[in-house]
Amino acid sequence: MDKKIRILIAKPGLDGHDRGAKVIARALRDAGMEVIYTGLRQTPEMIVESALQEDVDAIGLSILSGAHMTLLPRIVELLKANGLGDVLVFAGGIIPDEDIPALQALGVRGVFGPGANTEDVAKFVREQVENRQGDKMTG
Amino acid sequence: MELVEEALSGNRRALARLISQVEDNNSLAAQARSAIYSHTGHARVVGITGAPGTGKSTLASELAKAYRHAGQTVGIVAVDPTSPFTGGAILGDRIRMRDLAGDPGVFIRSMATRGSLGGLARATADVMQVLDAAGYDIILVETVGAGQSEVDIARAANTTIVVEAPGLGDEVQAIKAGILEIADVLVVNKADRDGAASTVRALQAMLDLGAAPRTILHHGMTMTVGVPIPPSQSPDFALPWRPPILQTVALEGRGIGEVVEAIARHQGHLVESGEGEARRRARVEADLVTILRETLLRRLMTNLAPADLAGMVDRIAAREIDPHTAAEELLAQRP
Repeated sequence: MDKKIRILIAKPGLDGHDRGAKVIARALRDAGMEVIYTGLRQTPEMIVESALQEDVDAIGLSILSGAHMTLLPRIVELLKANGLGDVLVFAGGIIPDEDIPALQALGVRGVFGPGANTEDVAKFVREQVENRQGDKMTG
Repeated sequence: MELVEEALSGNRRALARLISQVEDNNSLAAQARSAIYSHTGHARVVGITGAPGTGKSTLASELAKAYRHAGQTVGIVAVDPTSPFTGGAILGDRIRMRDLAGDPGVFIRSMATRGSLGGLARATADVMQVLDAAGYDIILVETVGAGQSEVDIARAANTTIVVEAPGLGDEVQAIKAGILEIADVLVVNKADRDGAASTVRALQAMLDLGAAPRTILHHGMTMTVGVPIPPSQSPDFALPWRPPILQTVALEGRGIGEVVEAIARHQGHLVESGEGEARRRARVEADLVTILRETLLRRLMTNLAPADLAGMVDRIAAREIDPHTAAEELLAQRP
């Protein structure tokens, strides 16, 4: 039986716009994944706790508030502290291009803007997760 | 099994991974299930079922808070449907459980049905056992919420709560659905809404009409007994249980204490009447039969050459042989 990809879609921070997150959640479901959707206004602590309990392969974070440079480093740090450093993290929303290198250096593997094609996101997640699982098997 | 040891000693990351193993039913799952079995039997399992929109997740969250307040630890398994077309699922029950975030005495796990019918996933019972072995006192299991024929939960839980809400066409639903028979406790949620009183009346009438219908498990099959046997003639079920009908406004935490109290009374009834032990035996028997069926089928299929199977399919398709005789022939070829 093939392993299902489990993914957490979360909205950290205070902005109340979750349409993008819902669109991505639905697209990933349609790509055959199990999407845990936690809703609005999640703290980094809540997100990492959900990721831990649900044993997810990936976390997609939607941020439109401009607080990505504080929220994302905190989430990545908490993931590492909880032994979840191997979970794929990607972000979507309104994130200026000049911030992307810093986020990638942190370990945020993909950044998708408002115009991103949902199929590309699904493909990215599948490839990244399958690579990681491959690494785990051989490593 | 290092992972089992870590999970049972309180490592939540290990517990989450162990749950994935039994859920994926991978090569390590059978070993894991064997390793935890002797640690199970401590938890009380409460099932929560009912139609979509009745407030099952919110009720589960409020019940969890009440149990936490009483010093008990709580595991929650929330089941949502897998799309039959894509195999994907959106699991959204955590949205209504955010009050529980940050509490180390609560562990929430979302599950997709992965093709299983009956309101639970195939591995839900196994996941419940893992949480039981990990030491959670109360396990709340929230079903998919098709609202009908979700009988699996009655088999898996000690106490089953059926949640209704006003204005969902309940009068008709209550008659139509076979779901009333599995209720140990009936909850009319959103009781601050118009029509709550009539929903309660409709449920009351249904219980009267059915002369306290009870669901029993007989050789692993759920059977409904419409006419209660007089207590004197049924030593095993000396105290007939009539499901109480309670009203809650889960969003505001109203009426939750009464539900907790009703659950406790029902659990007491299970012990005193011996029904709990009878249910447990029936469940174990049903589980054993399921495992036997799956094991035998797997053995048979691994021994069966694909060509033999394909050849037989050709003959059935060409109407040279009927499927039953074909099955008997294939079985006869195997020692």
